Amino acid sequence: MIEVEHLSKQFVVRRGRFRRERVTVDAVKDISFRVERGELLGYLGPNGAGKSTTIKMLTGILVPSSGRVSVAGLDPSKRRIEVAKRIGAMFGQRVQLWWDLPLIDSFELLRHIYKVPAERYRTSLARFREVLDLDPFLHTPVRQLSLGQRIRGELTASMLHEPELLFLDEPTIGLDVVAKQRVRDFLIEINRERGVTVLLTTHDLGDIERLCKRLLVIDHGSLIWDGGIDELRERYGAERTLIVDLEEPEPPLQIEGARVEKVDGPRQWLRFRGPAADLTARVAAATRLVDLQLSEPDIEEIVRRIYSAGRRDA
Amino acid sequence: MVDSVVLWRRLVGAQVRSQLQYRTSFVLDACSAFLISFIDFLAVLVIFHNTQRLGAWSIREVAFLYAMSSIAFALTDLLVGHFDQFPQKVRDGNFDIMLVRPRGTLFQVIGSDFQLRRLGKALQGVLVLVYAVGSLTIPWDAGRIAMLVVMIPAAIVIFGSVWTIGSCLSFWTTDGGEFTNAFTYGGNFLAQYPIDIFSSWLRRFLAYIVPLAFVCYFPALYILDKPDPLGLPRLLELSSPVVALVSALVAGVVWRFALRHYRSAGG
Repeated sequence: MIEVEHLSKQFVVRRGRFRRERVTVDAVKDISFRVERGELLGYLGPNGAGKSTTIKMLTGILVPSSGRVSVAGLDPSKRRIEVAKRIGAMFGQRVQLWWDLPLIDSFELLRHIYKVPAERYRTSLARFREVLDLDPFLHTPVRQLSLGQRIRGELTASMLHEPELLFLDEPTIGLDVVAKQRVRDFLIEINRERGVTVLLTTHDLGDIERLCKRLLVIDHGSLIWDGGIDELRERYGAERTLIVDLEEPEPPLQIEGARVEKVDGPRQWLRFRGPAADLTARVAAATRLVDLQLSEPDIEEIVRRIYSAGRRDA
Repeated sequence: MVDSVVLWRRLVGAQVRSQLQYRTSFVLDACSAFLISFIDFLAVLVIFHNTQRLGAWSIREVAFLYAMSSIAFALTDLLVGHFDQFPQKVRDGNFDIMLVRPRGTLFQVIGSDFQLRRLGKALQGVLVLVYAVGSLTIPWDAGRIAMLVVMIPAAIVIFGSVWTIGSCLSFWTTDGGEFTNAFTYGGNFLAQYPIDIFSSWLRRFLAYIVPLAFVCYFPALYILDKPDPLGLPRLLELSSPVVALVSALVAGVVWRFALRHYRSAGG
């Protein structure tokens, strides 16, 4: 669905007030990746890392400095209009709806901009009205909507023409927990039910954990991770913790492949790497086990590690 | 093409409907647009209070020029006046939205804002035109009527092209607004007066570089059946539509070129 090869983008900026010098900044440096149809993947990186620049090159907003981009088999910078028909895009911090018009009017206008047949428009809008619960504010001018309502409107606007591929730039930014959940449910629905390929950038690791199987991480313009979240956990992630409840208090257990981090009465915390099953078996063999639970390192921790590792390499 | 016109009507129609919802505010806006532009014409009257002729032109003839230019400029303003806010759109990155839609970008920018109250400015021009045509004895024939009908759209296209090219500057400078205004609002001012009163470098500039002389001056010579005080070829008097077409093509090419330099905004 998306193919990116050796993609780079440089900006020339002028610095200095009197003696102006031209400085070239690499926003994106030689990145390559592929996205298959039907994937839902996250694109992660700190501010200024090159996330938005990448998305803008994929959607035909910016022309790459070098490298090759193919979206649905087309080059977005050369065939912008054809690409635009097949993709949807939502930028959390931009407004694509008409500010002074009622929400429904924006949908009507978009229907004509994208030339969606009347019948398809009706069925598709009816579904979004239901899934995103748009009815209470469908006739309200956009400027009077709350952020959460507006984002639901924006999501509908970017999906009305039934694109195969949806780009989302920070879709949940500024939303409360309930509104975030609604957006996430919606994304899962369109990905699973309609097979829409979704690429989203976010700062919200909750989005990534709940939505994405695969993750791209960019920092300083370079791709520093492309892979599954589980592999990411294994690689950078830190050890997991097995919390065991024993029949009675014991001194710290001596188990191969694990070390005891903390003891509190009959409960002990064991840090380990590798499969949990083997360790559990060894613990059960060594002592009398009542109960156990496993705690995963949280992704926030992992991402912090990647960023700092990236910094050291650079 | 037809499809684009239909879409433009829908885009504009939706905006007009929302503007008319606040009726009092709309009427006040339109009236003030009318009154403010009328002060422009007072300036012309002041000049003629002190002199009988302006170059080879009488006050009625200048009123005719003034009226045609004002009407054309007001209608251009109605169609593309919001290009003034375009640098802002480029700076805050909202232009991005237009690039991900399957329509021409220039078309979308044109359709993105429409302020019906600007029609008030055109009304003022129409009143002056009625006065000028009523007091002049113009030898009306089919050719002259055709010219009167064609010159306004041609003038709109010329003004609009100047405006468009000016807006392209904001792709590089992110704020070229004032520079552009010199050619748009300034251009309207120049087009209201006969070019033979200006010095020769400015005349050449207006005839051949920024073709404002084709907005009113040359067509007016034809309609008023005046010999050109500058003795330029008579063919120029008929060439406004061609000049308009060429301007539009140049504007289109410049826009397309500028678009490749669009840098978007951070975030």
